[in-house]
Amino acid sequence: MEPLLLPPIPDYHRIDVYEAHGGYAMLRKALGMNPAEITSEVKASNLRGRGGACFPTGLKWSFMPRESAKPKYLCVNGDESEPGTFKDRQIFEFNPHQLIEGTIIACYAMGITAAYLYVRGEYKRWIDMMHAAVDEAYAHGYIGKNILGSPFSTEFTVHRGAGAYICGEESSLMNSLEGERGYPRVKPPFPAQNGLWGCPTTINNVETLANVPVILRLGAAAYGKIGTARHPGPLLVGVSGHVNTPGVFELPTGVPLLDIITKYAGGVRGNKRIKAVIPGGSSTMILRGTALDGVCMDAESLKTAGSSVGTAGMIVMDEDTDLLKVIWRITKFYHHESCGQCTPCREGTGWMEKILKRFVDGDAAQSDIDLLLDVANNIEGNTICALGDAAAWPVQSMIKTFREEFERRVPSPTAAATGT
Amino acid sequence: MPPTTTQKQHPSGDNRFKLLDRVITKHQGRGDALIEVLHAAQGIFGFLENDLLIYVARALKLPLSRVYGVATFYHFFTLKPKGKHTLVLCTGTACYVKGAAHLQHAVEECCKVKFGETTPDDKISLVSARCVGSCGLAPVAVLDNQVAGKLTPQSAVDRIKAWQQQPDEVPA
Repeated sequence: MEPLLLPPIPDYHRIDVYEAHGGYAMLRKALGMNPAEITSEVKASNLRGRGGACFPTGLKWSFMPRESAKPKYLCVNGDESEPGTFKDRQIFEFNPHQLIEGTIIACYAMGITAAYLYVRGEYKRWIDMMHAAVDEAYAHGYIGKNILGSPFSTEFTVHRGAGAYICGEESSLMNSLEGERGYPRVKPPFPAQNGLWGCPTTINNVETLANVPVILRLGAAAYGKIGTARHPGPLLVGVSGHVNTPGVFELPTGVPLLDIITKYAGGVRGNKRIKAVIPGGSSTMILRGTALDGVCMDAESLKTAGSSVGTAGMIVMDEDTDLLKVIWRITKFYHHESCGQCTPCREGTGWMEKILKRFVDGDAAQSDIDLLLDVANNIEGNTICALGDAAAWPVQSMIKTFREEFERRVPSPTAAATGT
Repeated sequence: MPPTTTQKQHPSGDNRFKLLDRVITKHQGRGDALIEVLHAAQGIFGFLENDLLIYVARALKLPLSRVYGVATFYHFFTLKPKGKHTLVLCTGTACYVKGAAHLQHAVEECCKVKFGETTPDDKISLVSARCVGSCGLAPVAVLDNQVAGKLTPQSAVDRIKAWQQQPDEVPA
């Protein structure tokens, strides 16, 4: 597959180079189309959101009211804070104009007059790059008043986050844009009715919007043939952990995980065996290294395997990895990042961290395994946003998949008696 | 006193407030620009001391509780002074797997302070971060805003030692 999101063209981030390779032609084409036509094209392409939930993008767009007395907004989610995920950064650095083009097309399709790109505060360098790209696009008339001579106008603002994982959650992102603490909101009302400043709002991931010009260029039918039928398109897969050549690889959906590790990421460090793989960022269910045969990087295949595609940020762990330390570290992260609004998450993540610390220190009792599972089960589904679920799932899946690792860490009663 | 475009100097005579006022004016003193203004304030002053938070609250016509709430909610904002140099160690999952803990121990050993603290001579602040989004370069640290990847305990300690050996600047 020719790279569609990250083409290996030197200086592609510059607007003249982007234009020379057909950039912004799709915006021109889109402005000549009926907005509803664009939404149906995106719907027909089966594009699914790349931010983790895999929600069909065209369907999301169709939730926006066509007529609205209030202004409508588009939020571009570039908060990218899921541990193991570093794909949007590649778009900011190497292909910012495709993101801008996709964003403006989306604005036109939904009749939106202001787009906000929310980038995590840690990405200072990439925020500066996006500012430069947006300025160029304004200067060339691709953003602003009467875009390319059409009656359509829209503004584009880059917003810098301030270091909070929770702000990747869409309602929390909107609160943060309003200058508030990043607390998630209760849904309903959904953002399409009542979002940013109480106005109809759509939130899309950076990679999702970068796909939009590709859909218009290839046509929905051809786009839908890339990768698997139910989750098509190019996918940015980030591989990190114990592999020889970690990085972001643009692949069609549906490439087997083992092929990604061996063919693209250079195989496992020191030719060791794979103990476990987290397929889509730290909140997705962990997979056993021996159970990877036939598992592919797409929503359906990973769902069947008992995990999810998430943000396609794979973390590979070799046989020497102490998985209990890993899950303790992941849980510590969620405890730290819990916004504190819902008790099950605020307290539960802390309890899980404490119990896991007992396992890591060798102070755990046999009953702690089920206690841990009980805490995780009581967080899942009982919080306003998905952070609670994201904290519970890795723990639940770790116990389900690697229960023996927990059992092995419980000191035997005799050892405890003689040890004192 | 809330700053306006025609405002005179801050009573303390500190010129840095002029820079901050410029940012506040750019955002038309709007309360929803609070995070941008705090970013600017921290960039100018290094950290957000109480006086600064009060100044921002008045300038944006927000209750101090809201400003304090936002400043303490986001990890990026720090209410304590920082050292001359900062080492931000990534403790995300990928870096952890690749041995960030070893880096942490080596660096703490070398500086004789823990992460979250600043050395007594105010030279080096050690900060730990959640994932800094450079997982492919794990283990990663950000040294004075420069990302350094594939660190080893030795290479990290070497960088710290270079900082420690820098002579103190003569105060102007």
